[in-house]
Amino acid sequence: MTVSTSAGSTSSVAAPPGTAISLRGLSKHFGDVKAVDGVDLDIADGEFFSMLGPSGSGKTTVLRLIAGFEQATEGTIDLAGEDVTSKAPFDRDVNTVFQDYALFPHMSVLDNVAYGLRVRGVKKAARRKQAEEALATVQLANLGSRRPGQLSGGQRQRVALARSIVVRPKVLLLDEPLGALDLKLREQMQVELKQLQRELGITFVFVTHDQEEALTLSDRVAVFSDGKIVQLGTPQEIYEQPSSEYVAKFVGTSNIFDSATSSRLLGREGNHALRPEKITLRAPGSPVPEGTIHAEGVITESIYLGTGHRIHVRLHDGTGIVVLEQSTGGKSDEQRGDEVLATWSVDDLVPLA
Amino acid sequence: MSVDTARAAVPETRRTAARRVSSSLSARPRARLALLLAAPLTWLVLVYVVALAALLVSALWTVDSFTGEINRSLTFDNLKEIATESLYRTVTLRTVGVAVLVTVVDVAIALPIAFYMAKLASQRMQRILVIAVLTPLWASYLVKAFAWRSVLSDGGIFQWAASRIGLDTPGYGLTAVVITQAYIWLPYVILPIFAGLERVPNSLLDASGDLGASTWQTMRTIVLPMLTPAIIAGSIFSFSLTLGDYITVNIVGGANQMLGNLVYTNVGAANNLPLAAAIALIPIVIMIGYLTAVRRTGALENL
Repeated sequence: MTVSTSAGSTSSVAAPPGTAISLRGLSKHFGDVKAVDGVDLDIADGEFFSMLGPSGSGKTTVLRLIAGFEQATEGTIDLAGEDVTSKAPFDRDVNTVFQDYALFPHMSVLDNVAYGLRVRGVKKAARRKQAEEALATVQLANLGSRRPGQLSGGQRQRVALARSIVVRPKVLLLDEPLGALDLKLREQMQVELKQLQRELGITFVFVTHDQEEALTLSDRVAVFSDGKIVQLGTPQEIYEQPSSEYVAKFVGTSNIFDSATSSRLLGREGNHALRPEKITLRAPGSPVPEGTIHAEGVITESIYLGTGHRIHVRLHDGTGIVVLEQSTGGKSDEQRGDEVLATWSVDDLVPLA
Repeated sequence: MSVDTARAAVPETRRTAARRVSSSLSARPRARLALLLAAPLTWLVLVYVVALAALLVSALWTVDSFTGEINRSLTFDNLKEIATESLYRTVTLRTVGVAVLVTVVDVAIALPIAFYMAKLASQRMQRILVIAVLTPLWASYLVKAFAWRSVLSDGGIFQWAASRIGLDTPGYGLTAVVITQAYIWLPYVILPIFAGLERVPNSLLDASGDLGASTWQTMRTIVLPMLTPAIIAGSIFSFSLTLGDYITVNIVGGANQMLGNLVYTNVGAANNLPLAAAIALIPIVIMIGYLTAVRRTGALENL
């Protein structure tokens, strides 16, 4: 796996067998803006792959380049070993689920789902049957005769999914497909997406700005910033070993110690990240376990989260840290203004590049 | 600044007379509506309803052919005459034919232009094109018609250009009327179609191509069906405006007459106002028929 950060560097490394999508030196410029800036990436067959980043980080543009809606400025796109860089969207064996679902408002739900078969010349009876099966897959078997306008957001989402999978693409591209749904529905759809992907065995490329969604759904995650991939790995690698301050802050929350603070507090060189849930708060003067670093401070804020408390502590050297305490059932005895001893294991410190 | 001093700095609202009126109106929605609509409604009733009723009634009058006096007793003679005389049937068919041709030409030109404006042009280009489409509407109708008269004239630029590639030009006549009218009404057709296309999200076009449809299939199965109401809305303009025209046909139509010319002649030279009113009912009836037919398509919501 290569992660290039220099613009336009086309590596000649061939994609390994079983690769669904292979991007080499992929760039897209809009005027002076480098929306995508030299991305090298291999996505394996059957993988659930997420592209994670804030808006404007280039993840959606990469998706649109793979789908063929945009033409690459530089670089190549291979789908299943075939160069499709300059092919039209309708000549590529990928399908997209759009953020706004893009259902055809003048057609019934069934006609929407059957559309991909219709333009391929499948006979009416056959495409009806396949569309009905696809609708059943997404649990909308009875709604075929409705218009998209008569459906709820979650139902539209399912129709969009059914419409894409009915043509059996090798790769399904999903552009923030759950962004418009409310929290409960989103969590339910996450589970269903994951199940659907496992059953169908197609490669999913999932674009999202929601780091939690990316972590829970994906086999691998690419974190995007300014048109480049800044880290690529399994959700666990991304969360536990963020490679940079950017990733440490964007994926979950992190306490970041700059090099001055690190050497003062930790006795180490360089920047470090520390996840809030790795810190334990104790009464001042309590015995400190072996292999831990400790510092005393004062609680400046304690916020109740339901599942626990988020506690802001100002250490005596002036450094502010955030601590996440899981609720243990009992009432939290930490109050604003309390003196505390913060401790954390040396192993939990992540050195940053 | 403390909160107390900040509050003191904001003056109380003043109780003016206008303010008292509006607060008393705020609790009376009906009075508010009456005040808002009284003047325009009076105007509309006078100009449209009364004028139309007067037209209908005067079509039932007759003119004494000897004295030229109007006889105000009601009879269906005029309506019978325009229904049976072959002159009126011929002119009606000719007028409808011209209006249909103008509409077809306008829609054919407007579709690609509107598509380019709405879907392909940059923001800047789109603004320039909208202005370019609107600008001719600010020029006088007569100026435009006479401009075409000179373009289409014997030895005019049109004939000169056509002769260079060995073609004959039709000169003044119905073809010239269609060309000129299609030019004059084109903005009224482009704008609704442009607005209709703006309402078709780009993602629908992307989705269609993504699902395997060629560009032509996307146009036929997605764009055209979604655009039908907008096309009909535009066609109502070009069709109805051509139906009532009599100036263009006078300027570039040669000896041909359209319904408008018959009305004009009867109001003027023939001094038969009742017959003119009866003829004027023909395009009104045709338009009512057309509007009734297209009402079901939802096109009227796109006007």
